[in-house]
Amino acid sequence: MIIRKRLTAGVCVLLATLAAGLGTALPAAADEPSAAASPKVELVLDVSGSMRTRDMGGESRISAAKQAFNDVLDAVPEEVQLGIRTLGADYPGDDRKVGCKDTKQLYPVGPLDRTEAKTAVATLAPTGWTPIGPALLGAADDLDGGDSTRRIVLITDGEDTCGPLDPCEVARDIAARGIHLVIDTLGLVPDAKIRQQLTCIAEATGGTYTAVQNTDELSGRVKQLVDRAAEPVVTPVATEGAGSCASAPELQAGLYTDRQEIGKHRWYRVNVLPGQELRASVSVAADRAVDNDYGILLRAVTAHGREIVRGAESGTGRTDAISTGLRYPKPEQDDADVSDGDVKPAAEAVCLQLGNSFSAPASVKTTPGMPVELTIDLVDAPDESADVAAFGLGRGWWLLGVMVLTGLIAGLLFGWISRWRVAVWRTN
Amino acid sequence: MRTTRRNTLRRGGVGALLAAVTLLTSAGAAVADDPSPSASADGGTAGPTEAGTTFRTATAIQQGQKATAEASTGDYLYWAFPADAGQRPTVRAKVSLPESATRHGASTWQIDVYDGLRRRQACMYGHQTRKAAPDAGTVELSCVLRTVRAWSEPWASDPLPGSYYVRLTVVGLAEEDLGLPVHVETQADSADQGGAADVDGALAEPVVPGASAVSAKGGSAPAGTEPEDGWSSGWWTSRWLWTVGGGVLAALAGVLGYGLTRGNGRPSRVPPGV
Repeated sequence: MIIRKRLTAGVCVLLATLAAGLGTALPAAADEPSAAASPKVELVLDVSGSMRTRDMGGESRISAAKQAFNDVLDAVPEEVQLGIRTLGADYPGDDRKVGCKDTKQLYPVGPLDRTEAKTAVATLAPTGWTPIGPALLGAADDLDGGDSTRRIVLITDGEDTCGPLDPCEVARDIAARGIHLVIDTLGLVPDAKIRQQLTCIAEATGGTYTAVQNTDELSGRVKQLVDRAAEPVVTPVATEGAGSCASAPELQAGLYTDRQEIGKHRWYRVNVLPGQELRASVSVAADRAVDNDYGILLRAVTAHGREIVRGAESGTGRTDAISTGLRYPKPEQDDADVSDGDVKPAAEAVCLQLGNSFSAPASVKTTPGMPVELTIDLVDAPDESADVAAFGLGRGWWLLGVMVLTGLIAGLLFGWISRWRVAVWRTN
Repeated sequence: MRTTRRNTLRRGGVGALLAAVTLLTSAGAAVADDPSPSASADGGTAGPTEAGTTFRTATAIQQGQKATAEASTGDYLYWAFPADAGQRPTVRAKVSLPESATRHGASTWQIDVYDGLRRRQACMYGHQTRKAAPDAGTVELSCVLRTVRAWSEPWASDPLPGSYYVRLTVVGLAEEDLGLPVHVETQADSADQGGAADVDGALAEPVVPGASAVSAKGGSAPAGTEPEDGWSSGWWTSRWLWTVGGGVLAALAGVLGYGLTRGNGRPSRVPPGV
């Protein structure tokens, strides 16, 4: 009897699992990415006087850069809109004020005419100052508009000496505009100050820093970065979390970005229907110099403030981001609970509270906040598990031993009883 | 080693009665319990030659594929591979460092594995973090995850079927070595853990980030977010064989026990033909 009950239960579960497996394909692309928007890339090249130095395997830095640009222009994928901006190309004088404004667009961002672009690059001659900050601002404006991915590739051999505009601050401000702009930097000189500045710029926007030693490396890396821009990615939607659950923005399934200041909470709200599972994951990027130990906490809380489930993570040492996630399956409503058959079951508003425990030295600016990436998925909730083991089945030699012993004892008992009964019948 | 011996002992102890069932179950056990990975540890098929730089842009790879990438020291490299219930994934990475003449000191490399919910997953063993000596040419890292369970409670962080992110980066180095070129190879394989890890219940959908996966190219499942032969339906487990085998054995033992009470063959006093 028990066995049969088990078996029926097993078959039921089996059918249910099969049905669930067939009925739900992979998460439907929740947010169709804007595939039409073609990615934009701007190469920002330093043409300051120091680019004349011959230390790239016997070549001057500028000729190495020109050669690399030619290679890159040949290999740019069709869909990429590429532009070129120079810094320090025009003003040869000593006036710092003028020299520090010397940045212009050499080739506009748009569909690429390879010959035209190459001709433009060929005319460049090392001339002036190194105004990285203004060049980045200019490049960000060049890439403005549309909803595509944007990338700036900055190639320089000197640090920004123009001040007071710190290029690193500029980069962070550009990133905070929420235009999904990444700045990759390439340094042509192994110098501590340049490295520091360029890594800071890259870190602030989620980009990379590369120390280039020869032409091949330079063209290889720039090609790689341009190709990377051509990779289709889903562009996140900007949102702004609130300071409390009541005023939190309501999110659908999708990918979101936000900014979070150190030590401040962010609240979001998601409506979860009975029979749905909420999956939320969040990562906070360490885009500035932060102290060595850090953590984040994501809590799912009911409207009344009861914590449902939490995801927490802490870390130490060098990192780009710290992330955690949680899932909350909301059970199917019982029929008894639904008084009226037609009424759609009410969705539960689940509040997500994001907190971080980053800390930063006093010299580090805390605004704008650190970049937050939040993914929300809503899928069907899983069936409740009735047993630890699959379908309540057994496994292993102990199970076999117990079953054999039980069978043996049952057989013996049955045999003795029937013998005894035969004996009784005979005597009667 | 100890487990094997204990198993052998136990097997011996159970003895001849079980000889028949060994036949029955060994078929299932061979299918499910053998810890032989689907692809050999080293010679994986060639995979993508680029790596992503964030969770969102992680390069999708399949288990057994060897993904390579050229990168700069200090980059954070991301890959994502699918793992199904019952598998115990092992992630291996090999970093070929730049020539030691250009380097200024030792560097420490690390792989971290995150599940589809971006929760960090613990490595049971393996060299998750390793320091490369100033004159070392390569550094090899590995991380053996816990067995992926078909279902777990929401409050647990057990590995679940779905995507797994691998992040490779340098965590400690001489400041001067930032940005130097490196070549990296990454591969994820898994050992099938068989019925021992089969739990009751299943997720309605594997933990694959729906919104953040690249789905621009195809309409349905983004390439690489699903195992090559699809997700398992979850109904098969070698526990069926064990349980059915146990039932058959019990029945046989029952007949045997009944037979024991009858003695050997027909009682001599019963005349033939009755």
